[in-house]
Amino acid sequence: MSQIHTLTMPKWGLSMTEGRIDTWLKREGEQINKGDEVLDVETDKISSSVEAPFSGVLRRLIAQPDETLPVGALLAVVVEGEADEAEIDAVVQRFQAEFVPGGDGEQDSGPAPQKIDLGGRTLRYFDLGEGGTPLLLVHGFGGDLNNWLFNHQALAAERRVIALDLPGHGESGKTLQRGDLDELSQTVIALLDHLDIQHAHLAGHSMGGAVSLNLARLAPQRVRTLTLIASAGLGREINGDYLQGFVDASNRNALKPQLTQLFSDPGLVTRQMLEDMLKFKRLEGVDSALRQLAAALADGGVQRHDLRAVVAQQPSLVIWGAADAIIPASHAEGLPAEVEILPGQGHMVQMEAAERINQRLAAFLASH
Amino acid sequence: MARKISYQQAINEALAQEMRRDSSVFIIGEDVAGGAGAPGEEDAWGGVLGVTKGLYKQFPGRVLDAPLSEIGYVGAAVGAATQGLRPVCELMFVDFAGCCLDQILNQAAKFRYMFGGKAVTPLVMRTMVGAGLRAAAQHSQMLTSLWTHIPGLKVVCPSSPYDAKGLLIQAIRDNDPVIFCEHKLLYSMQGEVPEELYTVPFGEANYLRDGDDITLVTYGRMVHLAMEAAANLARQGIDCEVLDLRTTSPLDEDSILESVEKTGRLVVIDEANPRCSMATDISALVAQKAFAALKGPIEMVTAPHTPVPFSDALEDLYIPTAAKIEAAVHKVIGARSAA
Amino acid sequence: MSTHLSTEQLLHAYEVMRTIRAFEERLHVEFATGEIPGFVHLYAGEEASAAGVMAHLRDSDCIASNHRGHGHCIAKGVDVYGMMAEIYGKKTGVCGGKGGSMHIADLEKGMLGANGIVGAGAPLVAGAALAAKIKGTDDVAVVFFGDGGSNEGAVFEAMNLASIMNLPCIFVAENNGYAEATASNWSVACDHIADRAAGFGMPGVTIDGYDFFAVHEAAGAAIERARSGQGPSLIEVKLTRYYGHFEGDAQTYRAPDEVKNLRETRDCLMQFRQRSTRAGLLSAEQLDQIDARVEDLIEDSVRRAKSDPKPDPAALLSDVYVSYP
Repeated sequence: MSQIHTLTMPKWGLSMTEGRIDTWLKREGEQINKGDEVLDVETDKISSSVEAPFSGVLRRLIAQPDETLPVGALLAVVVEGEADEAEIDAVVQRFQAEFVPGGDGEQDSGPAPQKIDLGGRTLRYFDLGEGGTPLLLVHGFGGDLNNWLFNHQALAAERRVIALDLPGHGESGKTLQRGDLDELSQTVIALLDHLDIQHAHLAGHSMGGAVSLNLARLAPQRVRTLTLIASAGLGREINGDYLQGFVDASNRNALKPQLTQLFSDPGLVTRQMLEDMLKFKRLEGVDSALRQLAAALADGGVQRHDLRAVVAQQPSLVIWGAADAIIPASHAEGLPAEVEILPGQGHMVQMEAAERINQRLAAFLASH
Repeated sequence: MARKISYQQAINEALAQEMRRDSSVFIIGEDVAGGAGAPGEEDAWGGVLGVTKGLYKQFPGRVLDAPLSEIGYVGAAVGAATQGLRPVCELMFVDFAGCCLDQILNQAAKFRYMFGGKAVTPLVMRTMVGAGLRAAAQHSQMLTSLWTHIPGLKVVCPSSPYDAKGLLIQAIRDNDPVIFCEHKLLYSMQGEVPEELYTVPFGEANYLRDGDDITLVTYGRMVHLAMEAAANLARQGIDCEVLDLRTTSPLDEDSILESVEKTGRLVVIDEANPRCSMATDISALVAQKAFAALKGPIEMVTAPHTPVPFSDALEDLYIPTAAKIEAAVHKVIGARSAA
Repeated sequence: MSTHLSTEQLLHAYEVMRTIRAFEERLHVEFATGEIPGFVHLYAGEEASAAGVMAHLRDSDCIASNHRGHGHCIAKGVDVYGMMAEIYGKKTGVCGGKGGSMHIADLEKGMLGANGIVGAGAPLVAGAALAAKIKGTDDVAVVFFGDGGSNEGAVFEAMNLASIMNLPCIFVAENNGYAEATASNWSVACDHIADRAAGFGMPGVTIDGYDFFAVHEAAGAAIERARSGQGPSLIEVKLTRYYGHFEGDAQTYRAPDEVKNLRETRDCLMQFRQRSTRAGLLSAEQLDQIDARVEDLIEDSVRRAKSDPKPDPAALLSDVYVSYP
């Protein structure tokens, strides 16, 4: 049985309304498999590859390089099985006739994050997908739920996946009480309680890894598996200059060299990324929250928490970019866990090698 | 996604949040509440266009209607600022500066220097600027260059709701006198604004669009015309870099020069009259400090050297347009190919 | 005569007036040598006004002065040597040599500045009074302006604002008969500047400015009224200046012997000495001691000011703003 699929402009993150076609990575007539990178798209925030959500033959390229198209616009037609040109023409015509760009108007087209009051503090989370044991995504220091921009939706195809903004971050409340790891882990537990989730898979990036490890220490019965990506809490060294430099940076020029250390491709640090980070850093309460957390995490270049012993408690997957400039990949050595080291990758490996990580993580979760 | 509010609401919210945070902040101006001493309702206007509406009831005794007496209440705001308070005075239209200029020019702006660094005058003067409301010559001017010329003043001209809130909070917290220019045609503009307090620092231009072919430097409402022109030019294969100055004093010279060093071409867009303006100031800056990088002449798109006319037929000719900006860009780029 | 002033208060008042006189007379001499830059406007002859008003004020009360401000500064407690150094344009001046005679200020002492713009202090002081009201203190604010300043719109606007807002504000019009070279009996449309108070709904009085005790009493009543929340007042103090509008003004617009006659018959220091010693309130010796002490102070201030360093070149660019990006 044949199926005609329409490949459309994805929506990455909350504010994306349009994207510019950079280059096609596949040619017309080529066979593509689900998960393959089909083309590169650039937004005002980030560049990334569009992955095929289905397999088939790339029969028709609609979007041209350099063209800017709204979210949801038709990029290509992929056919599983057989279809003649007339059938494809009809699909394209119908699509174009019915397509209404939703970027500018009301944003009720897709799911949106929610905000709740959790113990007197606002907490934002984004709940996608359903079924299975839920997966909780915990971002790192200075990040937010958009750090999972390229992972969240893909992982939510198989199960319920919830990403949150930790206290002091994103659009959650900025005031911290003790400003330590326990406060963050207990907030995540409170979110699980609020959502009535008894058991969850946890995936944490960087500081979010330490938050997840610490949660597993405090409430081992709640954690089905742990996925630790470039995680803190697994070794002694951390790039203390980065932490300090990031906290102190108050303008573009000071921030840029700091953010550049996070990525293996420095070109990803766009002016827009810097602006967005500065907007966050300038919110009331963020500066003191970051300073509190930085002090709680590390003393200069030395991490304060050793949570290696927690790893053995539950099935664990440890992922690292070999070229991580913030926390060295050598911390993965000797852990009782599945370990995946990605050559050449930096600290934001879940963004830069999203496809690889999504596959690895999905397989890991499926097996537990 | 952050919620969207208008430029006007962003200003009102910044005032309310700062007044809640800091009891030394108060508002004084003509009809900032409205209805003082009148038999009808209190807070009848909340500012002539309603920008301060609702603050009167939230902050009893701290939103003060002034008589129509610009020297009196602007001067009083300056005086109160020297005594540890943070007044936000409202000069309804910037054109009325003619009435009270001394209190800004010779008093607030000069205290710190003249008194040997011992005075602190944290005054904010909010004022409506700009043409487009068919309000004619005495209610439509863009006097940013006048203020920018005066040492001791900081001059702010936000182009979006986000910047309006963050720059106003910065202005209130800043310990220098600040002229805060609100473009009357931007009041209804909607944009994403965080609910929390935040500041946007002074002297940091905003890159609204990256481009390699030409730099467009502007501020205030002209930012939106420059962006419109840049979008049209992009379709013709010309990539404009658009810089919104946000503050004309301090001026982010580094960003202007950095951008022109990259693109080699400059068009400055200024809604003000052209003589001794931000347009001429920035052109001179680039000619002095980045001459070697220039691949073509600098162009300026400004209002003409006339008062603001009343009739829509004339006012529409007076205000720069996206089409004029595009023409200026073509002229700069064409000059290069002709050479 | 009888007075409710204590001996200390009387001695202080005399010392203030004597200091102002000695300061100004010395400047008159020194200015002629060409060593003092710019121009100075001397207050000699008007001392009873500054001393009589300031006797009621504390540091937290604020005053604003005008171009003829040395007397107000001294009476408000600004450091005399620091003032002298400022007038000489020295680094050690109260404003670091960046203000000069017309901009001497000391906010710690509640001195919001001499002011080169006629009438400009009135709205500022209304603002200082508004600040006191908002902060809920019982501080008051006083502006000194001349007969020239009394014709400025800024003063009218400030008086109206102070009145409708019931601000603790005192407007002191020092009418010395001349705005620069123009007579006040020509330039002021009403008989007395104090008459203008009625138009702004506040009390106004005209006082003999050669008489310290008269000024002291009128100012006391107005300041008490302001402190107790009853609103602003206008006091017109009639007096004369002994020197020109500025140093170098030959005063050809004045009648021959006008100043000489006033000096000999009305001088405020002379009257104060006679009345206080005749009434047995103070002794001539006590006053002579003050005279001597003041002479030393002025001599020492001039000597130091002359030898002090000028501002560093870096001072040209500093203190335009509190914060720079």
